[in-house]
This record gives sequence, C-alpha cells and structure tokens, in this order.
Amino acid sequence: MSENNNSVNSASSAYMDDPVLQNRSRAREFFKKFCQRKTAVVAGCFIILLIVLAIIGPSIAPYDPDVYDYSNMRAAPSLQHLMGTDEFGRDVFSRLLAGTRLSLGSALAAVLVGAALGTILGILAGYYGGILESLVMRGSDVLFAMPDILLCIAIVAIIGPGLINVIIAVTVFTIPSFARVMRSATLTVRGSLHVEVARSLGCPDSRILWKHIFPGTVQAMIVNFTMRIGSAILAASSLSFLGFGADVGAPEWGAMLSSGRNFIGVADHLILFPGLLIFLTVLAFNLFGDGLRDTLDPKIK
Amino acid sequence: MSEKEILLDVRDLCTVFQVGKRKTVTAVNGISFQVGAGEILGLVGESGCGKSVTSLSVMQLLKNTSGRVVSGQILLKGKDLLHCTEKEMRAVRGKEISMIFQEPMSSLNPSMRIEAQMVEAIRLHTDMDKKAARDHALTMMRKVGIANPETTIRSYPHQLSGGMSQRVMIAMAMSCDPTVLIADEPTTALDVTIQAQILQLMRQIRDNNNTGILLITHDLGVVAEMCSRVIVMYAGRIVEEAPVQELFAAPKHPYTQGLIASVPKLGSGVTSLPSIPGSVPDLSMMPAGCKFAPRCSKACDRCHQTEPPLYRLKDGRQSRCWLAESEAVQPAEEKEEQIG
Repeated sequence: MSENNNSVNSASSAYMDDPVLQNRSRAREFFKKFCQRKTAVVAGCFIILLIVLAIIGPSIAPYDPDVYDYSNMRAAPSLQHLMGTDEFGRDVFSRLLAGTRLSLGSALAAVLVGAALGTILGILAGYYGGILESLVMRGSDVLFAMPDILLCIAIVAIIGPGLINVIIAVTVFTIPSFARVMRSATLTVRGSLHVEVARSLGCPDSRILWKHIFPGTVQAMIVNFTMRIGSAILAASSLSFLGFGADVGAPEWGAMLSSGRNFIGVADHLILFPGLLIFLTVLAFNLFGDGLRDTLDPKIK
Repeated sequence: MSEKEILLDVRDLCTVFQVGKRKTVTAVNGISFQVGAGEILGLVGESGCGKSVTSLSVMQLLKNTSGRVVSGQILLKGKDLLHCTEKEMRAVRGKEISMIFQEPMSSLNPSMRIEAQMVEAIRLHTDMDKKAARDHALTMMRKVGIANPETTIRSYPHQLSGGMSQRVMIAMAMSCDPTVLIADEPTTALDVTIQAQILQLMRQIRDNNNTGILLITHDLGVVAEMCSRVIVMYAGRIVEEAPVQELFAAPKHPYTQGLIASVPKLGSGVTSLPSIPGSVPDLSMMPAGCKFAPRCSKACDRCHQTEPPLYRLKDGRQSRCWLAESEAVQPAEEKEEQIG
C-alpha cells in the first residue's frame, strides 16, 4: 500500500499518511459473516419463501380458499388436498397460502408503524433527556408491565374487534420495545465524538439527530424489528384465535386454528398445519433476528 | 505581540458540574486568558485539570453534560458568547470558532462519506450550493496537504489513517475561515512524524489566515514547538502564565518546575526521571489552601492555609504561588477574596 502511494504521490505530497484505502465492500463482508450462521440462513430462506407466498400465494393455490365443498368435509390429507379440507370442505393448503398475506401483512404493518413511532420517541428521549425522556420511558415501563397478549386484548376490548384494530393493538405493544432499544442506542451514539464535532461545527439539532445519530442506531432497529415481527405474528394470531381479530371465516392462521380446534379429536390436520406454520414462522423470524444481531454487533465476533 | 488584535478574551470563567442532587464541583475556577490574532496560546496541564472543560465552555458545548458556566465572560471580538442564544451560538460555532479534537479516528461520522461531511460543514455557514461547496472542500483538502483529494473525498472515515482523518478534520474546521481555532490535544493520538506534520500544518494555517489558536495539550514538547505564550493549569485554576521561552528558562511555579523537570532531556543520561509525587486532588475534595500544596516540595504552613492569588509579574507573567509574592508587580489581584 505504502509503496504504491509513495510512487504515485511523492511528487505532489511529502506526507506519509496518505489514505489507506481498503476497497472492501461492507455489504459483501456482512453477507459472508452472516452465511456462517447456518440456522439464520435457513430461517432467512424460509422468511423469503413466506414473503413470496404472501405476494403470489393466492394465485398459485390449487383451490379457491373460500369455496365450500360439502361433499368433501374434513377430509384427511391426500394427494388432491395436500393438507386436507376443513369443516366446510375448503382446501386447507390453499387457505394457508391465502392467509399468509393476512397474517404476515398485519404483523408487518403493525411492527412497521410501531417501529416508526417507537424509534422517533426513543431517539428524541435519548437525545433531549429531561422530562420527555421520563415521560417516554415511564410510559414504556407501564406498557411493559402488562403481558403482551393481555394488553392487546384490553386494547381490542376498548376499540372493538377486527383486523385493523388488531394491528393497532399490536402496534401499541410494539412501540415501547422500540422506544427502549432506540433510546439506549441513541445514548451511546450521542456521546460519541463525531456528534460533538458536528455540534462544534454549528449543526442544528434536527440535522444531528437525523444525519449523525439515526444512522448509528439503525442496526439496533433492524435487529429489534425482525425479533418483534415474530411476536407480532404470534399476538395477531392469538387475537384471531380468541375471536378478536380477523373475521372467523377469513383464512387467517389464528382464525383457522380457532375454528379447527372444535375438531381436534376427529380431524387433527385442521389445527396441525396452521399451528405448525405459525410456529415455524415465529421461530424463523427469531432465529433470523438472532443471526442478524450476532452479525451486526461488533462486540460479538 | 501586545499590539495585536485580541480575538478571544476569556474573563474569570467558572464552570461547575452537578454531581448528585445538591453537590457541585468546580472544574474551572476563575480562568482568564486572551488569544490574539495570529497567536498560538498553549494551555497545559495534566489530565483532569480542566483544559478540555475550558474549551467546551468557550464553545458552549456543555449542554449535554451536567456542567454549566456559572460566571465570567467569554468575549469573541467583543461579543459575549455567554449571552448568546443557542441559535446565535450555532452561527458562531464552525464559523467564528472551530474546534479540532483529540481522536481523529472517531471525530468523523463513520456512516457518511468525507464529502457529505465536508459539504455539510461548509453549507451550514455559507450559501454555496452543493457543487460549489464540494469544490471548496477539495480546495481545503489540498490546502491541508491531502495529496489526492478526489479519492479521499469519496472515502469513508474507516478508510483513512489517523493523520489523514486529522487533516480532514482540520480542513473541515478551517473551511469557513474561523478567526479562532481551538485544538484540543490535536496530536495526542498520532505518532510523532504525523504529529510534526500536523503541527506544521497548524502553524501554516496561522501564518496564512492570521488565526488565533488555543492549543490544549499536556505535551510540553508541543508547547515549546508551537506556542508563543503558555498557560499552565492545575486543578481548574491557572497557576502560571508566561511567554514560552521564559517559562522553560525560569518557571516560577513549583508545579511548572516539576512538569519541566519530568521531561527527559536528550543526552542527559539520567536513568530515572524526577516526578511530582502524588496525584491531582479530587475536585470535590480540594485542600483548603494552595491546591498544589500537598504535592509541593516548597510548601510551607501558609500554603496549606490560604490559597495564593494569581500574582502579576513583570513581562506579562503570572504565577499563583506565595513564592512569587516578592516579585509581584501588582501586589495581588482584586479577585483575592473570591478565590480564598
């Protein structure tokens, strides 16, 4: 490196500290590191599959998920119906495919909104401190003190059932986790020298927050995001299972589980497949989040 | 030197930090100094004596800490910065007073390219558009001796070496042509060859722009090399002020004497260096009299009981020591009772 620099720059510069350009792509390095974590890679592939299914699922489903077939009720899995049929003769496999969009979509929407609000609150609390910080953090503590599901039920009980309201409820319990994570990330970045440098150059607060602090907290946000999607899916499904969420007839995973539980003795495939899918999805998001955290965290090699 | 325009005039600056609910410690106690145009003023002292707090106080960057300036004046070309609003201060920072920091490697935002950061620094205080700001950034980078600015400007900070980062920092700090530059241990994290280059660069900037530089350091070698006048701080107070040659030739305060004695001299062949016994007292548990008395070899009863005032000596020197009393031009400053 130094030889190269010297030969090129000796005429123009007498200085020895020319840039040590390391032309390595950060993205590639990250990808390489991530690939060493096999479980996370498998989980990631599963998530990608789910997302693809959520997009094209209904169009590749072998049957219409809402068509009743009274001659073929609660049929066991067979070649015609891979996962059997439900109590109205609807194809379970097709319904699961169609439901991916509902379950994954509502969880994603809830976590997205929750992450945005939580991040804003957390960053502001971490940066400005004082009363704002006390308000946000104590508010989070109050929400944290209640079990997730109980909180969701309480919110849905107040604003009424329905998929949109479930999303709102899940959003509310997602906010404090983001507020807390982002506040601590902000506190770390706020104390770093480059933020002080920015202030010494006369940067206004808004710019410091957005340009100098937010990028440093993104890692924490991404990791928390993947982790929260798992629990959001679980919460949304649970609410639907309890009858607070999606319409009973809708192919939402939790709702399918709920209507299938009446036939647990005679047609266990009605709860096996939706339950398995929920379980695998939540597991995948959690493992993926773990992998991401391990890769992004500079403290863990 | 006395004829030069005074840019920064700090008078009787006191900065306290809140520790716990009721308790405060005074990190900087009654400091006064002046930085003239084209002058490099050295501020020396060991860790924790208030050097950096002084610089942060001048920049009014204590907002996010528990510290605040409780009294004094910070006059920048006659304007008291302590009475400025945050908005007015933002216009001063980077434009009138710039600062460079100790650790160049962490001074730059790791998630932004050098270009974005330099352009940001320039556009904060000028009306230049992106293109003009980028050109100005390149000019500045060339001025601070970056050989291939076109490549460097597109790099991220982690791709630069320490000396390179410090050059970029200096280019950034100087990009709006500030009248005063505060350099807080700018070379501490660099190795000696790079140190020499950076110091040379700062001198060059001073010569070209007539910038007043406040150089904060604990390295007496750097002081001897760079400064025209030196202030020695101990435990938040100025203990001695003198022109640089006289300080090294005849230090008045026992603390300065100790500091200078503890620097190895080339060819003297000593095997062990003299050191000042003890360590800096905890700011919350200061001795009653002279703050240096517990460590001072020349301390007498008087030193342990009352703190000496900052005596004005001839040639613009000052010393906070009872031993200097006999040489004092003015018997004592009017601030005596406040200090005691």
